[in-house]
Amino acid sequence: LPALALTGPHDLQFADGALAESLTGQPGDPAAGAKVMATRPLGNCVACHEIPPMADVPFQGDVGPSLAGVADRYSEAQLRGIVANAKMTFEGSVMPAFYKNSGYIRPGDGFTTNPAPADLQPILTAQEIEDVVAYLLTLKE
Amino acid sequence: LATGPALADPHPDAELVINDEIELATRAPAPDHLKEVFDTVYSGWLFRTDETRALEMDDFDNPAMVFADMGVDLWNAADGSEGKSCASCHEGIESMKGVRASMPKINPAGNDIWSVENFVNTCRTDRMGAEAWKWNSPQMKQMTSAISLQSRGMPISVKIDGPAEPYWEQGKEIYYTRYGQLELACASCHEVNMGKMIRADHLSQGQINGFPTYRLADAGIVSIHQRFSGCIRDTRGEPFEAGSPEFRALELYVASRGMTLPVEGLAVRQ
Ligand code: HEC
Ligand code: HEC
Ligand code: HEC
Repeated sequence: LPALALTGPHDLQFADGALAESLTGQPGDPAAGAKVMATRPLGNCVACHEIPPMADVPFQGDVGPSLAGVADRYSEAQLRGIVANAKMTFEGSVMPAFYKNSGYIRPGDGFTTNPAPADLQPILTAQEIEDVVAYLLTLKE
Repeated sequence: LATGPALADPHPDAELVINDEIELATRAPAPDHLKEVFDTVYSGWLFRTDETRALEMDDFDNPAMVFADMGVDLWNAADGSEGKSCASCHEGIESMKGVRASMPKINPAGNDIWSVENFVNTCRTDRMGAEAWKWNSPQMKQMTSAISLQSRGMPISVKIDGPAEPYWEQGKEIYYTRYGQLELACASCHEVNMGKMIRADHLSQGQINGFPTYRLADAGIVSIHQRFSGCIRDTRGEPFEAGSPEFRALELYVASRGMTLPVEGLAVRQ
């Protein structure tokens, strides 16, 4: 296998909402994942979720459930599926799909109010998805 | 963390009384067309902090009032080739009582839905020979502030049937459309998650009875369409233009969701 055989957003093979294969073939970095989750133009997961170990990140939202102990509730494959496209697990969810780049209504170029560029990228890169999954796997009770 | 159920709901018993005398309802039975969604509609005032709420309770503290005063100055100032002011035809600004509460509404020609801004600009261009103001220009926001204040306390009373109905339907469809790369509709935040915290923001029902509003974060007046635009931008979306047919239809629909709430006549929000 080539070292960087990236799975593109159109190639995802969901099984019951889960994605068994790594998107990059590289291990995720939990510390990098934590940063993605707390940073607004990136994952900004804290906008909607409380993540108790990130006590230093102010103003965690409660639109979604607390992520405490989430690794006890879901497998790695399920977590990868939820982060890539939560709507495949939770039908009609308000949780955004982080690894998708088409099928939108009036997509913008980030938060600029300008229309999206023709080569709109997913909100997170394949490696960022893997990093977030690696961090989520540390959330055990 | 400053989150959790204690802060989650609209304030249970705060009452909005301005200058110790003007009582404005901030909770009201939902209008009939919304009964399947909410029993009660709430002013955005009930979702703000004690400090922000207090600013709206005294007109001397309310930072929006200076903009309304500037609007009254504009009302009395002649402009344009005809040498007329608004007062030349309408007399005192009090003549605008009820106007904010009825907007947006079908235009005199009967072929479009107009916001108060459209009426103002038509008087400027067709009756005064003056230039139209840009939708979100300081002058327009000062004028709409002065006009809104005249309806303070009057329940929103937009017409949603007859010729207004197709616009209302269009606005409703927009309200439930999931825009942007985050795929969120107005309803995703202001209906499904009303009362929840999204990062530092306490989600209200997204009512417009307090508009135009002084926003502390902008240190200035925010128009209805500016607020809509900011909310769609926050979905990583491309908003419609201020004054566009889409935003005027959406304004009618959102106004109708608060039909039992009174016009606040210049709210203060964070
Ligand atoms: C706009 C809100 C929102 C954002 C942003 C968001 N989520 Fe979610 N998330 C939800 C909601 C709501 C649910 C509950 C599922 C449902 O009913 O839709 C959820 C569920 C989950 C679950 C399953 C939790 C459980 O216990 O069942 C995980 C894991 C998760 N989210 C991770 C993330 C990660 C990681 C990010 C950021 C990369 C993120 N979420 C961003 C709203 C959000
Ligand atoms: C990503 C979440 C989100 C979406 C989607 C969203 N809003 Fe908002 N909206 C907010 C937040 C946060 C605020 C500020 C807190 C509050 O008043 O709810 C706000 C405020 C408002 C306000 C001001 C309320 C007041 O009392 O000052 C209005 C009006 C409004 N939104 C309308 C809309 C409309 C119409 C749409 C759809 C076009 C929409 N919003 C979509 C998050 C959202
Ligand atoms: C030359 C006379 C004239 C001047 C000057 C004038 N208006 Fe008007 N205005 C009218 C007339 C007549 C109408 C009624 C239009 C109709 O219903 O067909 C009207 C309607 C309006 C309405 C709609 C009221 C409602 O209940 O529907 C608003 C708002 C308004 N004017 C604001 C202004 C403002 C603000 C100015 C100054 C910037 C102004 N007008 C200047 C004559 C004038």
